[in-house]
Amino acid sequence: MPKLHWEDFQPGAVTISGPRLVTREEIVAFAAEFDPQPMHLDETAASATLLGGLGASGWHSCCLLMRMIVDGFILNSTSMGSPGIDEVRWLAPLRPGTTIRVRSTVLDTRASKSRPDMGLVKFKCEVIDDADTVLTDLVTSLMFGRRKSGAAS
Amino acid sequence: MKYFEDVRVGDTYEVGRHTFNAEEIKSFARRFDPQLFHVDEEAAARSHFGALCASGWHTAVVWMRLMVDHRRGMAEAARARGEPVAGIGPALGFRDLKWLKPVYVGDTIVYKTEVIEARVSNSRPGSGLMTLRSTGTNQKGEPVITFVSTTFVERRPENP
Repeated sequence: MPKLHWEDFQPGAVTISGPRLVTREEIVAFAAEFDPQPMHLDETAASATLLGGLGASGWHSCCLLMRMIVDGFILNSTSMGSPGIDEVRWLAPLRPGTTIRVRSTVLDTRASKSRPDMGLVKFKCEVIDDADTVLTDLVTSLMFGRRKSGAAS
Repeated sequence: MKYFEDVRVGDTYEVGRHTFNAEEIKSFARRFDPQLFHVDEEAAARSHFGALCASGWHTAVVWMRLMVDHRRGMAEAARARGEPVAGIGPALGFRDLKWLKPVYVGDTIVYKTEVIEARVSNSRPGSGLMTLRSTGTNQKGEPVITFVSTTFVERRPENP
């Protein structure tokens, strides 16, 4: 399959990545390594927090989202990384046993001013559960190589 | 952790520091961001990054781990003084995250955090919302990551 280049991303295009079942074991393992707060580690302690029960670290949700879009389309592309994230919202807890998908919508695309071989694609990516509830969403720009280098401006 | 009422805009502190080695960069990336420039030295050398570098998510979650450890240390010190420890979290999310420079093997990142806003929560009157700007800087003094995050902090019990 030919690799996706910057030119292949059109505003409004939607890609679904996943599904992926998120287990209690991976939620606790991620939290133990990167975010060892009681609400991500232990049911009893979590029930006493504002999360109201064991839920994945928000950073874990982001990392799962990343893995799912990497497998979904980034590995088959001319990805050059990302300059950052406009916003992440942790809207609802990601509970053990939830099957998630990631819905990625292209918001807009623009050529790089400084690098004619590269363009940017802005996405809204949403982590959704089986009931289509959005658990986490984020807006980010990803950098892709161009099929034809643009004229330097 | 102090209560929300003790939080002052402008408070700045070092959260911690971390040196990224090749094994952990690749281990994280194999799990969450297996793009070639994060998992394969030779492919990374041929990429525009020029060498193996950490996933930006890795650079971010190391801040989270250091922050949890920092808060735990503060809480233990407060308990040792016989002071109460306020509950903190969960966070609502973050914004304006910029990956400004790659983090390469052997780079040591110092993470600092500043309180930039503090207000009472409308939805949870027993809590305040604390907004932080966090920055990671490498050993050359170059900022590599910056972002703004907002989290709940418990208010003093006399302010229900």
